Amino acid sequence: MVKAYVHSTESFGSVDGPGVRFVIFLQGCHMRCRYCHNPETWKTGVGNEFTADELLAKAVRYRPYWGKEGGITVSGGEPLLQLPFLVELFSKAKAMGISTCLDTSGQPFTKEGPFWDQFQELMRFTDLVLLDIKHIDDEEHKKLTGWSNQAILEMARTLDAMHVPLWIRHVLIPGLTDKDEWLSRLAAFTSELTNVERIEVLPYHTLGTYKWEKLGIPYTLQGIQPPTRERVEHADAMLHGQGSKEH
Amino acid sequence: MRDAYRGFTGRIWREDIDVRDFIQHNYTPYEGDESFLAPPTDATETLWNKLQGLQKEEREKGGVLDMETKVVSGITAYPAAYLDKDAEQVVGLQTDKPLKRAFMPYGGIRMAEEACTTYGYQPDPLLHKVFTEYHKTHNQAVFDAYTPQMRMARHTHIITGLPDTYGRGRIVGDYRRVALYGIDRLIEQKKYDLANYGDGTMTDDVIRGREEISEQIRALDQIKEMAKSYHFDISLPATNAREAVQWLYFGYLAAIKSQNGAAMSVGRISTFLDIYIQRDLDEGTLTEKEAQELVDHLVLKLRMVKFARIPSYNELFSGDPVWATLEVAGMGMDGRNMVTKNDFRFLHTLENMGPSPEPNLTVLYASRLPYAFKRYASHISVKTSSIQYENDDVMRPVWGDDYSICCCVSATQTGKEMQFFGARANLAKCLLYAINGGVDEKDLVQAGPEIQPITGEYLQWDEVVHKFDIMMDWLAGLYVNTLNVIQYMHDRYYYEAAEMALIDTDVRRTFATGIAGFSHVVDSLSAIKYAKVKVLRNEAGLAVDYAVEGDFPRYGNDDDRADDIAVWLLKTFITKIKKHHTYRGSEATTSILTITSNVVYGKRTGALPDGRAAWTPFSPGANPAYGAEKNGLLASLNSTAKLPYKYALDGISNTQTINPEALGHSEDEQCKNLVRILDGYFDQGAHHLNVNIFGVEKLKDAMEHPEKPEYANFTIRVSGYAVKFIDLTREQQLDVISRSAHKEM
Repeated sequence: MVKAYVHSTESFGSVDGPGVRFVIFLQGCHMRCRYCHNPETWKTGVGNEFTADELLAKAVRYRPYWGKEGGITVSGGEPLLQLPFLVELFSKAKAMGISTCLDTSGQPFTKEGPFWDQFQELMRFTDLVLLDIKHIDDEEHKKLTGWSNQAILEMARTLDAMHVPLWIRHVLIPGLTDKDEWLSRLAAFTSELTNVERIEVLPYHTLGTYKWEKLGIPYTLQGIQPPTRERVEHADAMLHGQGSKEH
Repeated sequence: MRDAYRGFTGRIWREDIDVRDFIQHNYTPYEGDESFLAPPTDATETLWNKLQGLQKEEREKGGVLDMETKVVSGITAYPAAYLDKDAEQVVGLQTDKPLKRAFMPYGGIRMAEEACTTYGYQPDPLLHKVFTEYHKTHNQAVFDAYTPQMRMARHTHIITGLPDTYGRGRIVGDYRRVALYGIDRLIEQKKYDLANYGDGTMTDDVIRGREEISEQIRALDQIKEMAKSYHFDISLPATNAREAVQWLYFGYLAAIKSQNGAAMSVGRISTFLDIYIQRDLDEGTLTEKEAQELVDHLVLKLRMVKFARIPSYNELFSGDPVWATLEVAGMGMDGRNMVTKNDFRFLHTLENMGPSPEPNLTVLYASRLPYAFKRYASHISVKTSSIQYENDDVMRPVWGDDYSICCCVSATQTGKEMQFFGARANLAKCLLYAINGGVDEKDLVQAGPEIQPITGEYLQWDEVVHKFDIMMDWLAGLYVNTLNVIQYMHDRYYYEAAEMALIDTDVRRTFATGIAGFSHVVDSLSAIKYAKVKVLRNEAGLAVDYAVEGDFPRYGNDDDRADDIAVWLLKTFITKIKKHHTYRGSEATTSILTITSNVVYGKRTGALPDGRAAWTPFSPGANPAYGAEKNGLLASLNSTAKLPYKYALDGISNTQTINPEALGHSEDEQCKNLVRILDGYFDQGAHHLNVNIFGVEKLKDAMEHPEKPEYANFTIRVSGYAVKFIDLTREQQLDVISRSAHKEM
């Protein structure tokens, strides 16, 4: 049985997929998003080790709260870095009738090698993917995260072709991601996808900055304030302006 | 005159006093949503503005607007008085002016006097003479009978909050009886009971019982007289909704004019009143707007209840609470839900007149309640944080479907039971006594039995549990017997005639005890069992601190290793309590509930093996210790849900604060998710949940800027009740903030 490196679990997740969910935060991520509020999950190959069975045993204790919509969400870190484990976890969850949701940045995505085989397998057991699109502009994306967005956008299109339901999430950072030009390009991209059920604008917040200090990593967005409510509503309207299937 | 019972069905309730039977035959379950509700009328707004003005003035004057210094309170002590005679649909005040606090010396003259002088009032010296030289008070009587050990336990605060200087409260008269039957019929019944009380052999019980019934009849006469001063004749049953509300309120008013109990619940009145309102609506004599106005005005009256208190009382029960607890919803024994339109109306008062701690609105919850109602209740929680939830599914099998909550979380069958309220024992201190051989760690006196103290460098599970068992035995016995003294004397010197007049003569009694420091004892024992706890002693050899080596499971993480200790502790303590004789054959129960006394208790208790520092607050009620919850809200709820209600029939209080952003992105999602939390929690057999929905930033801002208008009515739930945040002491505000803050990350 494959073991996962787990950063932590949260019994009450209500903003990571539909309904009330048990959230498993896996350890390890290659992205270096400048606003990351969980930098302690970056490092790979460390953390508490759990099998899928152990995590499911923990999760089902919260089944009474899930109702029809709730279930489990795997987040991170970047869960796709531990793909074989994910396949086992989700296939076993589905066998137990549990709704499965994958919260990913899409960064490791590729249509090659064992990753692609395992990914296709995983999607058989995945009810919903939450995909963060950090930036629609590739150059800006690199500046913000250290990585190109090509694999991420490719993953979105692939999920569309595979008919996997998708929620797009976009963190709104004043000056860095909130320009109208970028927002309308992002909206244009998502409007071409037929599997998008929801687009969420997540306002940038500074609640995680203390963790950077604790880890001794310089925080480069010092002084940037969370967006105003008007800006969030504006971005929300723009991203919903071009035919998303929000309901 | 119109037939008071026109249109009502059922037979038993006509022949005997039986309000439950009346309700079951005549109420209309409502499955719909809140769209029928009406906004406040001009009169409601006038009254509410006036009251808010008075409340502001009261705050500016240091917490008390006006006090009585001459008249001893009683059912007929004052002539009629009004907030605004032209606007009020429901009349009747406790004294001769709104928010003026009555002089109530029967619990104890010293407390009544100190309450006055604290706020700059001088009570009439004649009152002092009367209640020291001519008339004995409850307080004096209790101290006449206390043993030195009882005084010591009181002094060291291993038992605290005892109702030996004020009314014990927690007796819910069935105020609905006044409306349904009228006073004359109730007197007739009590006269019948008196005539048939005893067989002529005058045992203590028979003599006392006969005297009490006579007192009750006198009180009923006085209620009638008091109503007459407001130009209402309540000798006969109410004939419409307006009268029903007014008749019922007169019954409650008599209680709060004659008793200053810590908790003065009004009880389960919503479904009952709906029957009258629905009949008037059907007959076309009342509109929805008028119905809401009646409910608003009744609630307004319940927001005005005040008692004169002393500072040490306020430390225990902070924020001027009266626990005018009022229940909505619940399920019937026959499987029908008991949600009526009136339940919506009562919750809607929090929208029409803004958030408020009183009345202590309590939703009797079951996942089978109509979704529209659950959704609306959660909407009110998200908007106002002013209501609490208690599990009807665990209470109904024990108390039936017509129980009231007599304080925060304690059920009693309405009109059939009364409760002897009994404060709390400090089990955390008891654990320290076990380690230190009965020496109090603060007062440094031999306060408990002089057993051999633990002398080893590390605490051993078997040794600690053995000595803790001995110490709990001692504490349970002392505690129950202290309460026996109090309840005996209270019956004798401060009898609740007005409330007992509205309860069956053949009353069942529960004997409530309580536990403080619960989670800290559980975690301490877990530390001893699963880690290594080193004892740090002072020069005198007294254990004063502990160093924990290694990790251990804590209560509040859905970890059975710790949670099993919690269940064991509760079961062990109630088992020990139940061994002892209780006054008047009452049934002993216990609660895990601390009100705001978690701060005071903590202040008197030394360091504990779970890492809690000396003299710092306990976590409240059955809440996990501060910072213990590492797996989120539901893990914490699962831990509390494991405590069997059958071992704590007096209630298990749990307070949780949820940041709105963590509950859901939109208000719609927040409400839906709250319903899911409640369903999941209560379906597992949990008993109670206080829900606060706000972020810690709001608390901090309210503490620093209490003058901002938006905080005037900012209400938060604390252990079992609600308070206006700005009415808490700064110490308690900081306590609430620190408890909320650790959840944010």
